[in-house]
Amino acid sequence: MMEAVRVPPFERFYEEQRGPVLAQLRGMLGRDAAEDAFQETFLRALRAYPTLRHGRHLRAWALQIARNVAIDALRRTRITSADVPDLESVDEPLPYEELRRLTDSLPQKERAAVFLRYGYDLSYEEIGNALGQSPEAARQAASSGVRRLRRKELS
Amino acid sequence: MTVPATLDRRFRDAAAAAGLLDVAYELHDSPVGTLFVAVTDHGVCEIHYDADPAAEADRLARHFGARVLRSPRPTDDARRQLDEYFAGTRQDFELEVDLRPAREFGRAVLEQLARVPYGELTTYGTLAERAGKPRAARAVGTIMNRNPIPIVLPCHRVVGSSGSLVGYAGGLDRKRLLLELEGALQPN
Repeated sequence: MMEAVRVPPFERFYEEQRGPVLAQLRGMLGRDAAEDAFQETFLRALRAYPTLRHGRHLRAWALQIARNVAIDALRRTRITSADVPDLESVDEPLPYEELRRLTDSLPQKERAAVFLRYGYDLSYEEIGNALGQSPEAARQAASSGVRRLRRKELS
Repeated sequence: MTVPATLDRRFRDAAAAAGLLDVAYELHDSPVGTLFVAVTDHGVCEIHYDADPAAEADRLARHFGARVLRSPRPTDDARRQLDEYFAGTRQDFELEVDLRPAREFGRAVLEQLARVPYGELTTYGTLAERAGKPRAARAVGTIMNRNPIPIVLPCHRVVGSSGSLVGYAGGLDRKRLLLELEGALQPN
């Protein structure tokens, strides 16, 4: 039988995990954003702490919480270049100004398709109607716009 | 990676402010050495001389829950009152105490102990009587020895029936010093 590992006092958990958690958050978010995320990570850990059944794998648990907090922060801000390749998967409208800046350099057709798709969250059918195109043409314009943005970010 | 002190302090404050701690503690300098001061939502739950903080955190976690964190702010009131006591400007502590882990008789004795006035002495036998078990003087001695909240619960005011100081979990020197501070003993 596996020996039960008692959940340590939170102080010990915090002392052992705060360094690795901050390192991971700085890697994902940069120095400044990592500070807010650091606090949020350990507050989430505190809330969930009474549900822990044993004290194993606490490093992995802490880093998983940190990862989730960092992903939430990236979703909220959407200002890093890492967001561009993920445009296809966004699930809420981007802040318009940011999107306008990003799409400024695209050819007009692609720019409109990308803006309506990701800024206004319209379906390709709706975009096609708005631009007087087929839904398929709207989809192609949006996806070639995203490809162009991605190439631009990488170069 | 080292966590900057301001970031560390910000989290410790936020954890307490969010009401997420079972126990908050801080180490506090005093004329009788560094005191480990711990509080819960119910009040002060521990004051300890010469504490090993890690061992105390373990013990507190068993009694009150695992969310034990060094977080100064919730202990501010208790530490300020201790400072005033040592400065001679405070005789009575206005603090709630958390005696949930104490058993029935132990709690009754500690509640009687809390009523022993500043600068006065009482005996183990008297305290046993007041707690309803006149023959339990020895048990009272044990309870004093394990008093979780010395100074605030003034076990230093309890002496033998002959007037000898008998003992003190923090050492007799400290017992003597506290009683001299209160004017209950003349300095040697």
